[in-house]
Amino acid sequence: MGLGRYIFRRFILSAFVVVGVTFLVFVAAQVVPSDPAALYAGPRPSAEQIEKARAELHLEASLPERFIRFGKAMATGDFGVSYKSRRLISQDLAAFLPATLELAAFSTFLALLIGIPAGAFAAARRGGWLDRMGGLASIAAVAMPAFFLAMLLQFVFAKWLGVLPLSGRMSREIAISAPLAPVTGFALIDALLSRRFDAFGDALAHLILPALTLAAYPAGIAMRLTRSAMIEILERRHILAARALGLSGRRILFGHALPNAVGPALTVLGLSFAFALTGAVLVEIIFAWPGLGRYVSEAILSKDFPVIAAATLVVTLCYVAMNLVLDLAQALIDPRVTLK
Amino acid sequence: MALLDIRALSVDLPAPGGAIHALRRVDLTVTRGTIHGLIGESGCGKTMTAMALLGLLPRGADIGAERFLFDGMALRDVASSLRGRRIALISQDPAAALNPVLTIRRQIDDVLRAHHDLPRVARDARAVELLAATGLPDPARVLRSYPHQLSGGMQQRVVIAQALATGADLLIADEPTTALDVTIGAQVLALLRRLVQERGLTILMITHDMDVVAEVCDSATVLYAGTSVEDGPMSEVLTRPRHPYTRALLAALPDAGPPGTRLAAIEGRIPPPFEAIAGCAFAPRCAAAQAECRLRPPPERQDGQHRWTCLVERGTDDQAAA
Repeated sequence: MGLGRYIFRRFILSAFVVVGVTFLVFVAAQVVPSDPAALYAGPRPSAEQIEKARAELHLEASLPERFIRFGKAMATGDFGVSYKSRRLISQDLAAFLPATLELAAFSTFLALLIGIPAGAFAAARRGGWLDRMGGLASIAAVAMPAFFLAMLLQFVFAKWLGVLPLSGRMSREIAISAPLAPVTGFALIDALLSRRFDAFGDALAHLILPALTLAAYPAGIAMRLTRSAMIEILERRHILAARALGLSGRRILFGHALPNAVGPALTVLGLSFAFALTGAVLVEIIFAWPGLGRYVSEAILSKDFPVIAAATLVVTLCYVAMNLVLDLAQALIDPRVTLK
Repeated sequence: MALLDIRALSVDLPAPGGAIHALRRVDLTVTRGTIHGLIGESGCGKTMTAMALLGLLPRGADIGAERFLFDGMALRDVASSLRGRRIALISQDPAAALNPVLTIRRQIDDVLRAHHDLPRVARDARAVELLAATGLPDPARVLRSYPHQLSGGMQQRVVIAQALATGADLLIADEPTTALDVTIGAQVLALLRRLVQERGLTILMITHDMDVVAEVCDSATVLYAGTSVEDGPMSEVLTRPRHPYTRALLAALPDAGPPGTRLAAIEGRIPPPFEAIAGCAFAPRCAAAQAECRLRPPPERQDGQHRWTCLVERGTDDQAAA
C-alpha cells in the first residue's frame, strides 16, 4: 500500500469517528433529563414562553429529522446560541479555543521534548543511577495531581525565584497598552506575525508553567514507553552492526535506535494531546488561562447543551486531526507502517 | 608480519555461579591479503573471537592472552579505537543487520561520516562508488531504498559496502552466506574474493560451512569448545585433516560417504562452557582418545605450515577425505 492510499484510508476512518461522535452527542442530549425549552426560555418562564422556545428549537420535529438538522448545523459551523448567554457559540469558541489549543499543543511538544530523550538516555544507561533517577522522576510526573504540581511550580518559579509570571496569558501592559492583532488567536504565532518579539517573549513566559503542568503526565508516560522500546531495540542486530562499523554511541542512540522507538511514543502523543485538551479545564482555572476549559465547565454546570455539544465536537475534531498528523509522521519515520 | 597474531587467547564472561569460558585457548594467525576461515559448530567461540577482535565483548569480560596483536599493536588496549577504522564487521543475516527505518544512503553515509572528513557531495559520490564496487546495479536507486525494498543478496552487498566504507583493512565476515540462497551465496563469496585481490583487504571468514571454506579460503583454523584444534593452509586442513575433530567434522558432511549410507554424526555433545577442562576438549567424544588425553593438554604438532594439537601421533592418511 502506498503512502497516498494509506493517508486516504486514515482520512476515511477519521470521518467515521467524527460522524459517530456527532451521533453520540445528539443521543446524549436526548437522554439528559432536562427540558431544553425551559432552559432556553430564560428564568421562570411562562407556559407560552416555553411553547415559543419549543418551536424555535424545532423540538416538535421527529428524532431523525432533528438529528439531520443538528448534523447539518454542526457541519456548517453553525453551533447555534448559548441557552444561557444567548451569544453565538461560534464566536465564543473562536475566542476561547485558540488559547486552549496553544496550551495543549505546547504542552504536548514539551512532553515529547522531555520524555523521548529522557527515555533514550535511561535505556542507554540501563541500571545506572541516571536510569533510576529517571524512573523515579517519571513515576512522580505521572502520579502527581495537576493542581499540586501547578501550585508547586507557581511557588518555585513565580513566587520564590520570580522568573515566570504567576498566571494569565499576557502581561497587563501588553494586553492593554499595545495588544496584539488577533490574526490566528494563537498568541505566539500572532506575535511572530506582527514581529512583536516583546509580546512573543511575554506570551512564552506565561505559557511555560501551565504547559509544564499539563506536560508532566504525558512526559512520564512517553519516557517509560521510549525507555522500554529502546531497551528492546538496542539489543537488535543492526545496533551491534552499527557499533562494529565504528559509529559513535550518541549517533547510534539517537540516529539509529531512536527512530525505531518513536512509534509507541508518537501513539501516546495522540492520547496525551487529548489528555491536555480535557485536562486543561483544571489547569486553566488555576492559571487563569482564558481558554475553553472554563467556558465548557460553566456550560456543563448550567446544562447549556448547545455549548457542550459544540465544544465536544470541536475537541473531537482537534483530536482526530492530531491523530491524522501523527499517523502521517509515523509513516514518514518508519516506511514499513504503510505496509501493515 | 602477520596482520593478526593471536596466541592462547581466552575470554571468561562473568556469570552467576562462576565464569563462563567463552574462549579457552585460541591461536590464530592471519596473513595480510588472504581469506582465513574460522570454522566450527555454533557455540564453539567463533563469534566470541570476532567480538574480542572488535572490542565488543560484554562488560566484565576477562581477556587473557600470550599474544593478542593486530598489525603489531596490542588489541586488548586498542580494539575499541581500531573498530570501524582498521577492523570492521560484515554482519551475519543482512536483513537484521540493516536498520529498517533508515534509507541505505543514511546507513552508508553514517559510516563514511564516522571515519572520513569529507564534504557531503564527496560522501554521496563515495557511496555510489562503493555500492557499484559490490556489484549492485543502479546504485543511485539502492541509495534511495529502505532495506525491506531490497532482496537478501542486495542487502548483503549493502552490508559489504558499509564495511568497505569504513576503510578498514581487516574485515570480519560473520557467516556472510548463511542467510542467502546457494547461488547468491556463491556470488557474494566471489565478490569477497575479488575485493581481497583488488583492494588488498584481509578477511576473517567465520563459518560453519566447509563448502564456503573450500570455495574462498586460503587458510583456516578449526575451533572446538573455545579451543583452536587445527590450523593450516586450506588444502591441508580439508584434504589431510590431522585432528580427530576436523576428521569427524568432514566425515559428517552429507556428501562425505557413498550414496545410501547413513550420515556419520559425532557422538556425544560439546562440553558445557562453564566446565573446566584439564586435558583435550574433544577427548570425551574422540574415538582415538586414550586415558591420558583427558588428563593433560594435548601437545602441539606441526608439519610445515599445518599445526594441530593432539596427543595421538598419526600419519597423513587420507581416510577422512575418502
